[in-house]
Amino acid sequence: MPEWILYLLDFLPDWDWLHVLLIALIKVVAIVAPLMLAVAYLTFAERKLIGYMQIRVGPNRVGPRGWLQPIADALKLLCKEIVVPAKSNKYLFILAPILSIGPSLAAWSVIPFTDTLVLSDINAGLLFILAMTSIGVYGIIIAGWASNSKYAFLSAMRASAQIVSYELAMGFALVTVLMAAGSLNLREIVLAQSGGITDWYLWPLFPMFIVYFISGVAETNRAPFDVAEGESEIVAGFHVEYSGMTFAVFFLAEYANMILIAALTALMFMGGWMSPVGALADTPLLGDGIHWLLLKTSFVLFFFLWFRATFPRYRYDQIMRLGWKVFIPLTLIWIVVMGVAMFLTPWGYLFH
Amino acid sequence: MKKAIDVIKSLFLIELLKGMSVTGRHMFKKKITVQYPDERTPMSFRFRGLHALRRYANGEERCIACKLCEAVCPALAITIDSDLREDGSRRTTRYDIDLTKCIYCGFCEEACPVDAIVETRVIDYHGENNGDLYYTKEMLLANGDLMEESIARDKKLDAPYR
Repeated sequence: MPEWILYLLDFLPDWDWLHVLLIALIKVVAIVAPLMLAVAYLTFAERKLIGYMQIRVGPNRVGPRGWLQPIADALKLLCKEIVVPAKSNKYLFILAPILSIGPSLAAWSVIPFTDTLVLSDINAGLLFILAMTSIGVYGIIIAGWASNSKYAFLSAMRASAQIVSYELAMGFALVTVLMAAGSLNLREIVLAQSGGITDWYLWPLFPMFIVYFISGVAETNRAPFDVAEGESEIVAGFHVEYSGMTFAVFFLAEYANMILIAALTALMFMGGWMSPVGALADTPLLGDGIHWLLLKTSFVLFFFLWFRATFPRYRYDQIMRLGWKVFIPLTLIWIVVMGVAMFLTPWGYLFH
Repeated sequence: MKKAIDVIKSLFLIELLKGMSVTGRHMFKKKITVQYPDERTPMSFRFRGLHALRRYANGEERCIACKLCEAVCPALAITIDSDLREDGSRRTTRYDIDLTKCIYCGFCEEACPVDAIVETRVIDYHGENNGDLYYTKEMLLANGDLMEESIARDKKLDAPYR
C-alpha cells in the first residue's frame, strides 16, 4: 500500500471499519480494473491472432491499427438495450450474469502476483480457487434456465455436465501439484518452484500440466470444447437471449476465467513470478517480479487463442469420453504412481 | 500393432500438434486481405456495375428508344416511354432503371444497337432512402457524362473481342 494513500486516509473519520473497508476496496479496484482492461484487450488479441492465422489482418479500423476496437465494442454493448424475454424468470435472468462474473473475479483475490503482492494470502488458496471456478457454472445453468428457451436450456445442460466432468480431472491434476509442493497456499506452491526453469513443476508433472491445461480449456467453455455455445447447433447457447450489458458481462466472465486459468497454470506449473534463470533472481528486470507472471500468463493465453484458431469443435460424447475415460483414469494413476514414488522409492526427489 | 500406434499417437497429441503447426505457420504468412476502401482488386474492362447512358461527341444522346433493352431485361428493371422530339427524331421521354431489381446481367448493354446504355465499373454507390436506387434518365445521363472517358476506354479495350 503506497504511503500517499495511507496519508489520504488520515483525513477520514477515525473509524477502524472505514479504513479497513477503504483499503480493501482500493486493493480490489487495483486488481479488477487492470483485469477488465486485460479482458478487453484479450478479445482484441484473439480477433487479431485468429485473423493472422487465417491469413487475414483482423480488426484495424478503429483507432491506430485497431487499438481502440475493444473500447468501441464495450461502448456499443453499453448502449444497447437489454431485452428481457417475456416468459423468462426476470430475477434469475438478471442474476445469472452476475453469478457468472462474481466467482471469476473473486478467485483473483488469492492469486499471488509477487511474493508480497497478494490481496489475501490464505492457507487454502488452491481450495478457494477450485471452489470459485466451480461456482461459475451456476451462472450458466441459471442463465439457461431463466431464459425459458430450449437452446439456452440445452446449452446449460451441456455446460453443467462438461464443467462437472472436467472439474474432477482438473482437481486431480492440481492434487499432484499440492503433493509436490506440500501446501495449499498458492504463494508457497510458487516458492516451492524457486530456482529457475528446471525447478518448475512443468517438468516432473508434465502429463498433469497437459491434463490441467486441456481441462482448463474445457472448464472455460473455450474452443474446441465450446459446445455450450455451439453456434452451428444451438445458436449461442446459454446467452442466446442476452443482449447489451448482460451479454457483455457473460463475455467478461468467460475471458476473465480464461485469464484466471492461464494465471493459475503459470503459478502452479511455471513458477509464477519467478525468473526462468535462477541465478538472476535478484537482478532488477530479468529477476523475479510481476512481469514474469504476466509474461507467462500471456504465453498460456496465446495457446488458448491458438487452439481456438486450430481445432474444430469436439462432439459432445467425445468430450465426455475424454473427460471420464482418459483424463480421470490418467490423473488417478499418476497420483498413485507419484505417491508411491515419493514415499516408497528413492526417486521421490524428482517431485521435490 | 496399428492400434497401439494409434493410441500412442493420440496420447501424445501428435495430430493436434500437426494442426497447430499449420495454423502457427500461417500466422507468419503474408496476409491476403485487400483493405477495401484503400486498396482494390483489379477489375475487368467488362465489369458490369452502375448503369450509364452515353452521348455522342456532339452532345446528342445516343438512345433512340428502340426498347430492345427493356425487352431483353430479365428482371424487368427498365421502363421506357418514347415520343417524337420537336425536330422529328425518336427519343425517350422516360428511361428508368430500378437498380434494386437489376441483376447486372449486362443484357441491356449487349442488346443496345447504339452503345447507349452501358454498365460502368462503379461498384460503390448506395441509397439512403426508399427510391434512391431508382435511377431516372437524367441520373443515368449524368453518370454517362461523368464517366464518358473511362467508358470509352473500356469499350475500346473490349472491341477486339467482339
